[in-house]
Amino acid sequence: MSATTGLAVLATALQVLAVVAGAPLVVGGMRQVRARLEGRAGGGIGQPWRDLRKQLRKQQITPQGTTVVFGFAPAVVAGTTLLIAAILPLIALGSPLDPAADLFGVVGLLFLGTVALTLAGLDTGTAFGGMGSSREITIAAPVEPTLLLAVFALSVPGHSANLAAIVSATADNPGQLVSPGSLLAFVALAIVIIAETGRLPVDNPSTHLELTMIHEAMVLEYAGPKLALVEWASGMRLTVLLGLMANLFLPWGVAGAHPSVLAILIGFVAITLKVAVLAGVLAAGEVFIAKLRYFRIPELLAGSFLLALLAVTASYFFATPTN
Amino acid sequence: MTTALPDSPTVPALDKALPAARRAHAQAVASGSVTAALGVLGVALGLSAVFGAPRHLRIGWLLPLVGVIFDLGPLGGFFVAATGAVSIAVGIYAVGYAQREHWARFPLVMLPLFVAAMLLVPAAGSVTTFLLAWELMAAASLVLVLSEHHRAQVRSAGAFYAVMTQLGFAAILLALVVLSAAGGGDAFATIAAGSGGISGGTRTAVFLLTLMGFGSKAGLLPLHAWLPRAHPEAPSPVSALMSAAMVNMGIYGLIRIDLQILGPGPHWWGLTLMVFGALSAVFGVLQASVATDLKRLLAYSTTENMGLVTLALGAATLLSSYGARQVAAMAMTAALLLILAHAAFKTLAFLGAGSVLAATGLRDLDKLGGLARRMPGTTVMFGIAALGASGLPLGAGFVGEWLLLQSLIHSPHENNTLLALTMPLSVGAVALTTGLGIAAMVKAFGVGFLARPRSAAAQAAREAPTSMMAGMALAAAACGVFAVAPAALGPLLKQVLAALPTVGGNEAGPALGAYLRLPGIPGSMSPGLIAVALVVAVLLALGLGRWGLRHRPAAAVVPLWACGADSLSSKMQYTATSFAEPLQRVFDNVLKPETDVEVTHFAESQYLVEKVTYRTLLADPVEQRLYTPVVGAVTAWAHWVRRAHPGSVHLYLAYGALGLLIVLVITR
Repeated sequence: MSATTGLAVLATALQVLAVVAGAPLVVGGMRQVRARLEGRAGGGIGQPWRDLRKQLRKQQITPQGTTVVFGFAPAVVAGTTLLIAAILPLIALGSPLDPAADLFGVVGLLFLGTVALTLAGLDTGTAFGGMGSSREITIAAPVEPTLLLAVFALSVPGHSANLAAIVSATADNPGQLVSPGSLLAFVALAIVIIAETGRLPVDNPSTHLELTMIHEAMVLEYAGPKLALVEWASGMRLTVLLGLMANLFLPWGVAGAHPSVLAILIGFVAITLKVAVLAGVLAAGEVFIAKLRYFRIPELLAGSFLLALLAVTASYFFATPTN
Repeated sequence: MTTALPDSPTVPALDKALPAARRAHAQAVASGSVTAALGVLGVALGLSAVFGAPRHLRIGWLLPLVGVIFDLGPLGGFFVAATGAVSIAVGIYAVGYAQREHWARFPLVMLPLFVAAMLLVPAAGSVTTFLLAWELMAAASLVLVLSEHHRAQVRSAGAFYAVMTQLGFAAILLALVVLSAAGGGDAFATIAAGSGGISGGTRTAVFLLTLMGFGSKAGLLPLHAWLPRAHPEAPSPVSALMSAAMVNMGIYGLIRIDLQILGPGPHWWGLTLMVFGALSAVFGVLQASVATDLKRLLAYSTTENMGLVTLALGAATLLSSYGARQVAAMAMTAALLLILAHAAFKTLAFLGAGSVLAATGLRDLDKLGGLARRMPGTTVMFGIAALGASGLPLGAGFVGEWLLLQSLIHSPHENNTLLALTMPLSVGAVALTTGLGIAAMVKAFGVGFLARPRSAAAQAAREAPTSMMAGMALAAAACGVFAVAPAALGPLLKQVLAALPTVGGNEAGPALGAYLRLPGIPGSMSPGLIAVALVVAVLLALGLGRWGLRHRPAAAVVPLWACGADSLSSKMQYTATSFAEPLQRVFDNVLKPETDVEVTHFAESQYLVEKVTYRTLLADPVEQRLYTPVVGAVTAWAHWVRRAHPGSVHLYLAYGALGLLIVLVITR
């Protein structure tokens, strides 16, 4: 292994570590922005980390009648998210796992995690668990096709669905970012990322009323260390998806496939800034909107599906012949 | 129900029962092992035909005038091998299943015959032989569907299946007769050699007729209606054979006749295949996602998967008709991979459903649940099948769907409006199919196997016997290979593809190594590496969860949160119906459910509810719109015709004389 590949591996490891350590901070930051805008003091950016530490020291609890599905689901969600963090070009393009999974693979892994949690919700055999699972899967069913279509739209200019290729194609040719295809894909991706991470207006992450819960109902039986893992994983999912979105549409600052130490540092700072800004905007936006009625959500998602379809068609018709 | 009454088994009866049981055991073993042996033979012959020289066999005396001709090339060999592999698993499984379900002698004899007939279809080398084998297969499957004929639903499903399969046969018969007349011979090889001279009109007629006939066998819309009826009512090993092997014969027919012999087809052939494929895929998965009968759900999932295969075939035809032969080869590889993966996971799913049915007597997901604790082996097996069917990474179906999507994405669309419109729409259809497929499979596995039992029968379930588990384990192993090491199939697919020059088969197809690489396109995927990396990542996540372990009190098992009430009853759980209710509401316009809520109040006060009854009827809308009018018209016509024969001998004599006159006038 040459020194440059070694550095690429280092960049990937740094990515994973940054996601693991940074995810609770992203969640904390978003809560803090919201709190300040709503006129509250807020718990501070570090509060999710303190919560995690507290929950990880609590008693391990297994609800009666649950199987290994319930027990392992948090690890599967967290594991798929860690893997996605290792595949995506967040800091540098040359992840050793990049040729192993393209964007379809990433979407598939994301849904593997979702499926694990929905099964865990069903496994408890309670009304709330089933309700959360049913709602989550009803939302996931249109989210996956929208993600795939948006991927398709973005992969047309780069002639590849592998992430490094897409990101470098956009960086080389920034003009295509303002093409109709890219803009439509951006809106569609934004909607599905909000839906997939359970943010307003699709789901309210800070709700305490079981009847309106989606994600929280599904994980209602989790407590202590397992709950910590679930919450950590959902924070990591949010972080990773925000990072993906940032680098797909603002691919500047990402280190190349054979980075230098300086490039890795620049990449790290760039992605931190991008995610922080995106998270801040998302949190600020959430202050002004209320949660949608559950049966209006599919309409929203159908709209984003249509946008994604238009994005693909547009990118086909307005494709820039590159070769 | 075979629970013996307490006073019935007297000593002499026991004496008689023992040899009977031994005989039943011997018969089941014989039937199962013959089926499995036929399967082994099929795999061996099929693989030798794929990799070796094509096999040719002519038995002149078996049929008058033309004789029986077998001609096994790489394409036929592929389907023979796939059918054989399914039969091995089903044969082993049937040993235990037939004993547990007390099969009569007749289905035991028919099972190997059905397998033999299915193996003959792709081996047939002439029109006559093909039709003979096809009809044998149809008849054998019909008899097997009817093996529990004492139930009214089985008889109704049998009648439905018989009519549809015979109508399909009629269409195929007509198509092949026209083809053989135009091609100047009975043997496929002769027709293929002379296919250049077949006129455009004849080609169109043959294509449309074969699409109808083979499409109905493959369960494509709108001729899918027999699948969700016949598959649930047939005994489960038979369902597995029908759903994983027999429907493939429809696809084989389409490839063999339309793509291989008549190909290359014009643009609209490809387009037609894509439209029917996409419609079948989306409709099938939508019905599966709201179905509550486990085997009905699986049957609709078959329509979905065959739709995807047909979509891939159509894409290959369309792309190669526009000269994009390399991408066409990718689409064709995707079709072949999807066929194999579907065969593996659908065998496993139906066998798993059969174990559940044998253990509980239930197919209704609303009454199942809690099987993970009672039947852990079967639960794991069904989980593998469901993962394969949902098209997620680590599942058997993932690689095929990935390749299909890649071929759709990388179609050359510059200056081609048709491709620029069809390909995004197809990607939309495939994507929607995978999204809803996940919902359907989560429901089947999560509601059926996890949670707590929803009925006494599910409560009393016990694990399937060893032979049934062994059959399932074989199919599960195949699923595992397709999921993480599709490279093992590389040489096989390459050989089969080379036999299909009309869809770009002589181009370099996608390279199936440790990394799947696309020809001439920067794009790759490695399912094996993903699997390994995912295991490592999950272990890492488990490591993260161990943080703070020293501070924790000892682990405990506690009751579920019941909102402060005493305890939860299993009736409070979500059922399959309630799980899919939001989806049913979202797709209200397509599914047209008939729901009925009836609230009974107490006599004392109308504010207190005594009972709520919820009924929902999900009829197949295509069936209602298309079949009911047709059946109605046929019945009305038959009624009208019946007036012509009121029983009067004089009238019949007059008919005879009139008929004779007409014949004389015509032949004059």
